[in-house]
Amino acid sequence: MSQSTLDYESTVNTEQQSLGKRLFSANTLWTGLVLLVLYAVFSIMRPDAFLTLFTFQTLLIEAAVLLVLTVGMTFVIITSGIDLSVGSVLVFAGVVGAQVMEGMSPGGDATGAGAGVIAVGLLATVAAGAAWGLLNGLLIAKAKIPPLIVTLGSFGAALGAAQLLTGGSDVRTVPAQLRDWLGFGQTAGVPHMVILAAVVALHGAWLLRTTRFGRNNYAIGSNAEAARRVGINVTGHLVATYAYVGALAGLAGFMSLAYFGTTTISGHSTDNLNAIAAVVIGGTSLFGGVGTVLGSVIGVFIPAVLTKGFVVIGVQPYWQPIAVSIVLVAAVWLDQVRRRARNSR
Amino acid sequence: MSQPILELRGVNKSFGPVHVLHDVDFTVRPGEVTALVGDNGAGKSTLVKCIAGIHPTDSGELLFDGEPVTVGSPRDAAALGIEVVYQDLALCDNLDIVDNMFLGRERLRGLTLDDAGMEEAARKVLADLSVRTVKSVRTSVASLSGGQRQTVAIAKAVLWDSRVVLLDEPTAALGVAQTRQVLDLVRRLADNGLGVVLISHNMNDVFEVADTVAALYLGRMAAEVPTADTSRAQVVELITAGRSGDLGIPAPETATV
Ligand SMILES: Nc1ncnc2c1ncn2[C@@H]1O[C@H](COP(=O)(O)OP(=O)(O)OP(=O)(O)O)[C@@H](O)[C@H]1O
Ligand SMILES: [Mg+2]
Repeated sequence: MSQSTLDYESTVNTEQQSLGKRLFSANTLWTGLVLLVLYAVFSIMRPDAFLTLFTFQTLLIEAAVLLVLTVGMTFVIITSGIDLSVGSVLVFAGVVGAQVMEGMSPGGDATGAGAGVIAVGLLATVAAGAAWGLLNGLLIAKAKIPPLIVTLGSFGAALGAAQLLTGGSDVRTVPAQLRDWLGFGQTAGVPHMVILAAVVALHGAWLLRTTRFGRNNYAIGSNAEAARRVGINVTGHLVATYAYVGALAGLAGFMSLAYFGTTTISGHSTDNLNAIAAVVIGGTSLFGGVGTVLGSVIGVFIPAVLTKGFVVIGVQPYWQPIAVSIVLVAAVWLDQVRRRARNSR
Repeated sequence: MSQPILELRGVNKSFGPVHVLHDVDFTVRPGEVTALVGDNGAGKSTLVKCIAGIHPTDSGELLFDGEPVTVGSPRDAAALGIEVVYQDLALCDNLDIVDNMFLGRERLRGLTLDDAGMEEAARKVLADLSVRTVKSVRTSVASLSGGQRQTVAIAKAVLWDSRVVLLDEPTAALGVAQTRQVLDLVRRLADNGLGVVLISHNMNDVFEVADTVAALYLGRMAAEVPTADTSRAQVVELITAGRSGDLGIPAPETATV
């Protein structure tokens, strides 16, 4: 069969071509370029104010909490799901963690608490977040209620539960050691908040790209019935995915505690939308089956750079949401165009 | 005649009030192509999905290699070496050809996927099947033609050490040349000792490759006859009326009351 051998070899050639093509057409590249251009523009306009280590550090720190939420959101949206509850779960988990740490401290004041109490607080926060996520996952995958409705319910319920626990006011005693170490700590100029967020993002990218869990995530978002037919435990996977998002929201809540020194109950009502926007700007399709963690990371920084840049060049901050919305709608439109082009092939 | 590799005895299946399969007996022998024919809605796809572990059966027995087995999930079926090419193509559009072929059974290296190894194996299978229409094994399945998708689905079934391959209307959407390729492939699988079940509405295809014809009529097995002992007219009658001469389901007036 010389004919087939011949074609087989030409197959090998197209492989390399298509790899380059794939990289180039990957929207990650384009959104990455947009981010670089934005950064360059602001840097040129105000090199003195924008191009400083301090600005760069605060940019990263302020994005760290959202980044952690966004990693989880990427997984969920790739399964063609959604999680509107992340901000409320963050608050709920933070309240649980803060109250556990207060409860373990003499006089209910956790300010002087040591490493042991902080470690228990971390576990409690992550576990509280994971528990909400687990509940979301069970309602979505087992009871088959649409994710939009389930997590909209959790969005309200988790915040309500947090307020019930605290009587409506914020928990204000957070271990000073936690704030020093995680909230403001740095190693070689890199804030610990940023290191933690980077570790979460790298782990998320690894999980999604190179493991069976990640592959199943794409498969389920692409065609859940096909996934079921090859024996993938779709229900179990979805439950695990929502629990993972919840656990990450818990971790984000702990980071928020460390940074702000309070539970910031009223400060996270738009986290869900910010995370979804970041994921979508980063090229993840709301229809499922497509997306990368790297894209989402870039998607976090485009709004963040816009906010910082507008402040620095003196544009009214009210322009920021408008600019982000334009980027968001453009990203979804691009996704639609791509899908249409693909389907009509 | 060789021992059956797969045997169904008295299988019943209902979807709620709809009784789709009635006491179905069905035999698949290694090295043979068994054509499963029947009108639209006769229950062919349902029968395949019951064998594949997608639908649980209500009653009846499944024997594999003469041993009673229970197939409760697609994984059980795969473990026995039963592979299915579904009528409604079960591929993930956003994944590429390699990913689809290995979906659910990825090769691992430690914790992570062995992408290079899987790509190599997929290429080899496609080359062995002399599949020449697919440019790159890393193309996403969404951009393939119907025939190419069908080829991938079949290649996926042969990639594994399968012993029984069930193909649900694999040529329905194909052009002349690709139908030819698939039929050759079907024959080759049987010649390699696999038990092959081919569902088709095309009598030419059936009479060309099948050794046995099994006709379903309204969820009942009307007849299982060697292709050599029957004619097209007879098979068409079995499909449309459930009986033909002394073959098939007894006519109502002669049935026991
Ligand atoms: N999941 C299901 N739920 C309810 N009814 C079903 C289901 N799957 C199949 N049926 C019914 O079972 C009957 C047999 O369907 P099946 O798909 O097995 O037919 P078929 O012989 O494969 O037909 P075709 O040649 O059109 O593919 C039909 O009446 C169909 O409506
Ligand atoms: Mg069918």
